[in-house]
Amino acid sequence: MTGNTQSTIAAISTALSESGIGIIRVSGPDSVSICSKILGDGKGDSVLEKMQAGTFRHLYVRDGEETIDECIVLLFKAPHSYTGEDTVEIQCHGGVLLLKKVLERVLKSGAVLSAPGEFTKRAFLNGKMDLAQAEAVMDLISSRSEMSLRASRDQMSGRVSDIIRALRAKILYETAYIEAAIDDPEHYDLEGYDTHVRDVVSDIKEKITGLVKSYESGKYIREGIITCIVGRPNSGKSSLLNLLTGYDRAIVSDIPGTTRDTIEEYVRLDDILLKLTDTAGIRNTEDEIESIGTRKAVDAALSADLILFMIDASEYLHMDDLEIFSKVHDKKCIIILNKADKPLMIKPLDVYEHFRECGDFSLRSMSKDDFLVRYPCIVMSTGGGNGLDDLKRSITSLFISGKIDSSSEVVITDMRHSQLLKDALSSLENVLECIDTGMETDIYTVDLYDAYRKLGLIIGEEIEDDLANEIFSKFCMGK
Amino acid sequence: MDLKCRGAQFDTDVAIVGAGHAGCEAALACSRLGLDTVVFTVSVDSIALMPCNPNIGGSSKGHLVRELDALGGEMGKNIDKTFIQSKMLNTSKGPAVHSLRAQADKRDYSGSMRKVLESQDHLTIKQAEVCELLWEDIPDDEREGTYVRRVTGVKTQTGTVYHAKAVVLCTGVYLNARCLTGESITYTGPNGLQAATHLSDSLKGAGVELRRFKTGTPARMDGKTIDYSKMEEQKGDERIIPFSFSTDPDSIQKEQVSCYLTHTTEKTHEIIRANLDRSPIYAGIIEGTGPRYCPSIEDKVVKFSERTSHQVFIEPEGLYTDEVYIDGMSSSMPEDVQIAMYRSVPGLENCRIVRNAYAIEYDCINAKSLYPHLEFKTIKGLFAGGQFNGSSGYEEAAAQGFVAGVNAAMEILGKEFLTLKRSESYIGVLIDDLVTKDNREPYRMMTSRAEYRLLLRQDNADLRLRKYGHRIGLVSDEVFDKTVLKQQMIDEETERLKSVMLGAGREVSKLLEQYGSPALSTATSLAQLLCRPELDYEKLAPLDPGRKPLPADVIEQVQIEIRYEGYIKRQERQVREQERLEVKLIPEDIDYDDVPSLRIEARQHLKEFRPVSVGQASRISGVSPADISVLLVYLERNGSPSTVQQK
Repeated sequence: MTGNTQSTIAAISTALSESGIGIIRVSGPDSVSICSKILGDGKGDSVLEKMQAGTFRHLYVRDGEETIDECIVLLFKAPHSYTGEDTVEIQCHGGVLLLKKVLERVLKSGAVLSAPGEFTKRAFLNGKMDLAQAEAVMDLISSRSEMSLRASRDQMSGRVSDIIRALRAKILYETAYIEAAIDDPEHYDLEGYDTHVRDVVSDIKEKITGLVKSYESGKYIREGIITCIVGRPNSGKSSLLNLLTGYDRAIVSDIPGTTRDTIEEYVRLDDILLKLTDTAGIRNTEDEIESIGTRKAVDAALSADLILFMIDASEYLHMDDLEIFSKVHDKKCIIILNKADKPLMIKPLDVYEHFRECGDFSLRSMSKDDFLVRYPCIVMSTGGGNGLDDLKRSITSLFISGKIDSSSEVVITDMRHSQLLKDALSSLENVLECIDTGMETDIYTVDLYDAYRKLGLIIGEEIEDDLANEIFSKFCMGK
Repeated sequence: MDLKCRGAQFDTDVAIVGAGHAGCEAALACSRLGLDTVVFTVSVDSIALMPCNPNIGGSSKGHLVRELDALGGEMGKNIDKTFIQSKMLNTSKGPAVHSLRAQADKRDYSGSMRKVLESQDHLTIKQAEVCELLWEDIPDDEREGTYVRRVTGVKTQTGTVYHAKAVVLCTGVYLNARCLTGESITYTGPNGLQAATHLSDSLKGAGVELRRFKTGTPARMDGKTIDYSKMEEQKGDERIIPFSFSTDPDSIQKEQVSCYLTHTTEKTHEIIRANLDRSPIYAGIIEGTGPRYCPSIEDKVVKFSERTSHQVFIEPEGLYTDEVYIDGMSSSMPEDVQIAMYRSVPGLENCRIVRNAYAIEYDCINAKSLYPHLEFKTIKGLFAGGQFNGSSGYEEAAAQGFVAGVNAAMEILGKEFLTLKRSESYIGVLIDDLVTKDNREPYRMMTSRAEYRLLLRQDNADLRLRKYGHRIGLVSDEVFDKTVLKQQMIDEETERLKSVMLGAGREVSKLLEQYGSPALSTATSLAQLLCRPELDYEKLAPLDPGRKPLPADVIEQVQIEIRYEGYIKRQERQVREQERLEVKLIPEDIDYDDVPSLRIEARQHLKEFRPVSVGQASRISGVSPADISVLLVYLERNGSPSTVQQK
């Protein structure tokens, strides 16, 4: 059962579409304290706790120092709310990306993602429903939860299910062994088993970490890769920008209602979404920059997911090029040799030989092939407009197929799945901690099985009698 | 005046069919509650017989015995009187899975229980085979035009009728039993005892659905023919811990006998493989479903073919005999194969078999036809407990027999039924699993079946369950008050340890250093120190002058509660979450076809099971959380369900 009535749940309660307004609803005993962590009046004060029940206020959603959105916040106190619990409703601007970002903040602050129909269920449990209406709502929810279950089953590529299944099988086996040893201590011995479990769990943990990371890269697919173009003056940044924005004139979205002065432009290269940050800054500062040291450009570069490093390849490498590289080589970086239809003076080999000297030992000892996988180097002619296909391929190889994050062979795309993976991860961390602090086997079995259950929720498999079946089929019991 | 007798007639409150471990507990519970009770057995000499393994308890089964004892049952007291070896299992695996197991002197165990039954007021022991269940259909007061089937008594083979307000079926493995040793089939109960061959038909006639299960037992051997020097001795614990909370530990310390460990060999496995076609199971003669957790040696060899050896334990049957039980080698092979295979085991080369191993098939019910208080859903006043319900094991039987007996009494007395929750007892897990889940084999209790097992420890069974025993009237005020006081002492001491803070003084540092425990950097409570694995309550004594002398069992609880607090709290939270569904009762007459938007699969399962609460419904496989939400709405619309008590 998912009838978790003690926790505080949150969900986006409006349709995920490009509508003007989107609502995030938070319900449960801690909803006020959770939301006050991220909502403020702009003067650094958390006003939520002082708000009167049944009132609304104009507030700001914060992410650390940054303001994400301005919103209308409604506060309901138990039992006078839809669910009968303390409820905070955050009405922000619509837009899938923004809503998800706000929801993520709420979850990070301590709420858990609501299961389908959970708000309504709580309303029933607390005797809060208009009953005639309730039936209609439940019809909808039951059909939708069925659908979403099927959808998530369909959506999951076979690969992901296979991986999750394999991980679950490992956990189940270990749990079953321990249970067999507990139920039949004379036939199965747990002497030294802690060390074995430790190894297995560490291995599983690593794999799940990879999957969680893949969600992050999956996020790139859905929400865009924050991209920054850097390079010496006149290396062709502007023309690349024009080329990119010109490729698809439709700007996907600019986040509405934010108070920031920077402009973020979305550019779609077929299935790749680039979120070009600080493009204005770059555009404006291009003429003014004498060296690459301009603080603003460097900051923008350092907070980006992807650096497009423009080099004027009609000249020889410049000291400034080396300096730029030394600043950005920790990021995912594509080196663009822009020749603007002139003879090519720099070849990828030159880039390798010179640039690897800018980094630490691991960079210096890198082979040429490895280097060019890590820093794809493409020849482009921004003026002539060719090379875009190479660029797309390089971006794909860096972000999607995961040449760098080799652990994430598959991509997790669902926030709920990612959350469950993180939950499983924390259960497994508990297991390791228990083993390290000398807690008994029985205690960490609880966490081990918890991780198994969480993973099961991802692929929608019932757990019912798994454990008993595993014990009987793998271990020879008793009498 | 008609002097011709047409069969005697008696009146009683409760009739218990069977005097095995379930029947004994049922009979004692009813008679102790002041109801006139008759307990029937096919042989008075087989009261509380242990026809299979010679021990009580073991992993999770030990928990059941402790719980039964806390509720006012007899099993724990009886084994404390008659054990010949005792061992606490799993002591290094965490407090929740510590489990007590005692080897019994079988004759003593049976005899001692018989004595208890004999000296019990209101209880009559009757040797007779019950052949017929008597019942009638009476008009339903609540629904015009419909009838309710109600039990009225039983009839024995001689035609004697016992009118009873309630009947408890504890027929164990005796109904239509047949025993198989290879090609040889006998129509008897265990140990050659008379089977009950008539009752099955009568039950079917009353609308009770029966099915066939099987189990088995290994051979018994003459201990004088065994060479123990080739085996490993297994001794009992030095300090014996009793099962019963009422037994004084000092009163039961005694000389113990040993068990011995040996193992099967490649040769054993070869013999079995070569003769598989003669095994009734593999030859298809046995139709009953056997338990996977207690496989015959044939099963082990076939299913775990990669293993070249299986462990075999030699356990004494009692002090009165040389017979020993060969634990690990139950079988239904023909006698000649049995002799050959047993003799291929080191130490058994010259063994003589006293009783052959055999498989036994019997009639039992699918416990889904019972309410959680173990009354039949379709026959009022008819209760069932024990192996008849599809379980296995003495302890599982006793626990159910007790609950069935108590609830038969509660019904007659018009009092609230005893239904224990999964979150408060193994007994609750056992019964809920039996009446809710689809069990396709004899059900054995296992610790892994209890999802809240950190709360359900054998050490705190009294704290969990004494209150129920007291409520139903099987635990005296005096005993109950003691438990309340114990809880109070535990709470106070736990609070105190949390509040006493220590700094980094010299005395503290010295003591910590002595046990290799890290020095303190900030003020730390005694409770926090207690969480360190290298320290315990005793070791901290020098730093805790404010400590009052406390009983050992209180200190044990305090240590466990503090050390595992995080985990215990977590499970308590999960329990509270599930609880809200458990208290939502479903009216008995609910029409699931009338519940809109239930999925077809869920509708079918709900119709079949007819769960009593939303909590129970949520555990039925094939019923999804969305279905539960739908059900909740429906119940809400049709009046507050939590006030509807099915009765």
